[in-house]
Amino acid sequence: MIYQIQILRQKGAQSEPYLQDINYEISDPEMSVAVLLKTLNADSFLKDIDGQPVGKIEWECSCLQKKCGACAMRIGGKPRLACDVKLKEIKNGKLLLEPLKKFPVIRDLIVDRSVMFENLKQINLWFDTEAGHPKKSEEIACEASRCLQCGCCLEVCPNFIPGDSFFAAAAFVPAARILSKISKQDNPELISAYQQHIYRDCGKALSCRDICPAGIDTDSLLVNNNAVAIWKRFFKR
Amino acid sequence: MTVNIIGAGLGGLSAAHTLAQMGIQSNLISYAPSERAQSVMAEGGINACLDTMGEHDTVEEHFEDTMRGGVYLADPNAVWDLCSQAPEIVRELDALGVPFPHNDKGIIQRNFGGQKKKRTAYVKSSTGKMLMTALIDAVRRYEVSGEVIRYPRHRFEQLILESGACTGVAISDRFTGEVQNLSGPVIVAAGGLAGLFDGMTTGSTHNTSDAAAMLFSQGVEFANLEFVQYHPTTIGISGKRLLISEAARGEGGRLYVLRSGEPWYFMEEKYPELKNLMPRDVVSAEMVAVTAHSDCGDQVYLDMTGIANKIWKTRLSDLRDQCIHYLSVDPMKEPVPVAPGIHYFMGGIAVDEHHRTNIGGLYACGECACQYHGANRLGGNSLLGAIFGGKVAAKSAAEALTVVDAETEEKPVPMKEVSPAVAQRISDILYQSLPIMRNADDMQSAEQKLGNMLSNNLNDTEFRRVQLALAMVRSALLRKESRGAHKRMDYPDRDDLNYQKQTVASLNDREIKLTLRDIPERRTS
Repeated sequence: MIYQIQILRQKGAQSEPYLQDINYEISDPEMSVAVLLKTLNADSFLKDIDGQPVGKIEWECSCLQKKCGACAMRIGGKPRLACDVKLKEIKNGKLLLEPLKKFPVIRDLIVDRSVMFENLKQINLWFDTEAGHPKKSEEIACEASRCLQCGCCLEVCPNFIPGDSFFAAAAFVPAARILSKISKQDNPELISAYQQHIYRDCGKALSCRDICPAGIDTDSLLVNNNAVAIWKRFFKR
Repeated sequence: MTVNIIGAGLGGLSAAHTLAQMGIQSNLISYAPSERAQSVMAEGGINACLDTMGEHDTVEEHFEDTMRGGVYLADPNAVWDLCSQAPEIVRELDALGVPFPHNDKGIIQRNFGGQKKKRTAYVKSSTGKMLMTALIDAVRRYEVSGEVIRYPRHRFEQLILESGACTGVAISDRFTGEVQNLSGPVIVAAGGLAGLFDGMTTGSTHNTSDAAAMLFSQGVEFANLEFVQYHPTTIGISGKRLLISEAARGEGGRLYVLRSGEPWYFMEEKYPELKNLMPRDVVSAEMVAVTAHSDCGDQVYLDMTGIANKIWKTRLSDLRDQCIHYLSVDPMKEPVPVAPGIHYFMGGIAVDEHHRTNIGGLYACGECACQYHGANRLGGNSLLGAIFGGKVAAKSAAEALTVVDAETEEKPVPMKEVSPAVAQRISDILYQSLPIMRNADDMQSAEQKLGNMLSNNLNDTEFRRVQLALAMVRSALLRKESRGAHKRMDYPDRDDLNYQKQTVASLNDREIKLTLRDIPERRTS
């Protein structure tokens, strides 16, 4: 099948973005978008529909199996992991690839997601003391630990603006790991930061739950977090 | 003075955490944030003699299993330290909030390959991700307090060597291209050599092997390069091999091949004690052997249909999701076709038990280092080896802090990339010549092809990668015996007299030099 691939390209952080159209034949419908990008980059004679050389398409990947979050991008207008989307999903053969829009573009499909990691530092996300083993905490901590820090949830969150004070699911999901295992006197800075950077401005749109490529139940983690950080209902040991 | 750590996977994080606890600053340099490191892909668990399962497990047994699994090619003193410290490491991870399941005696453990007792602590089949999350959080505390300075989008360029010692490292910013030199001792934790077998391993695309190839070209010794682990249960998916964790067999999964149309559970028949949980080198070789039988099919299956629903739900749910998503097979309902695939590199940078390399001021830990696993790694020992090795390397580097300081201000030109065509060519040559069962003809042919490539028009990065590949093939040719993951059809027997030694490769005046190095004796005290 010939796919009509449209990629939003950008040579550098200060360059103007432009759309490039490539028609490319792929016979394996199980191929992921990630492997398609590798395939395009391995074709040194690749030309776009205007006959111009395509050159290397810049993007990020690491695990190629939904475990690392590196390859998040907008696929068909939605934030997805390129290794998660198989070509058989692309029903009409038209594939639009764009960088995530809430982060500064570095080159082509590479964006700077460092704001996510800075936000985790701002809320003091670590254990001040040894983690405990309250009932149910293993299950919650396991779910929270699965967060890929890919940024897909931030892309769709109506309340998240990079640089603003609301840190959204990319912060409250990992926070659930800590909050599920602490006692009343532990981590006062985290609890205070949670109020300011998560609870106060979360509109509970829960678009994060529907888009998370790891399938994390953000809704229930948010409920658990609020119980601990806002209502001081710590998990019983 | 600051210690420079190359790589922010489990080994690098462990080193940074250890140094920070000692009050020593480190630069934590990685191609991408820790969340993207190959360590997050580790599945089955981490070994430690916790003795929580009522089996009277001992550290001595962990030591013996590790040495026997590695066919007595690892440094016994290093392995003893690893095994004796393992329980404390797992307790530390528990205190960092890793959500290990517990029973009334402590952390629950599962069976794993090559070990007679339940010794593997786990979180479902996502143990690597869980450990990484806990250590990332723990290190974050020190990022805020200033002990750890992250360079999270930075590529290793080269060591700074002055008077034969490592005095720093040159790195480049992937986003801006800016190169900078950092002074101080260097710990390399850059991962395994997956890039030599591009697209043919279970590993991360970040592990290109280009850092290793640069180190090799700068005079760093590499040991046991011929020992490449083929994990028995992998599946080819688009662009890579997908791992089906050993946990599947630890929880009751069974391997079979169709013989005259009937399932033959060959591992259970041939190895009645450990059955499907023999060490990986043994299982992979048996899979090759049984599929060569004239009355057997050429496909081995992993039958997980007998595993109880509760186990699937509590311990293997992630493994099941992966099979359904990438293979469209529900392993609860039907057997999964599997084949051995490249998963781990036992060989790497030669280090002593203190994780020192042959170059002063340079240390290595994690998969990039050759330590602990000998000729074949046991499942559950890689996460342990990365964390323990990081701790040891950190302590060794801390001792060297006062003696090094880079003076050079000269900055290198950033490395060029290896073209996909060259990467593919190297991968094809190595994959054909270094399969599970090897022979001299194929390896000599590979040696010639790689030698020819060196005289082609390659860029410097490509040249170095070919050189490292050539060192791997020559190491395999040098070892004229069968041991662990290195099985030769022309030398089918183990030869302790001549080859219970490390192969050591180094580069002198652009020539690859190979030697055999004795394994240290086990200290009695």
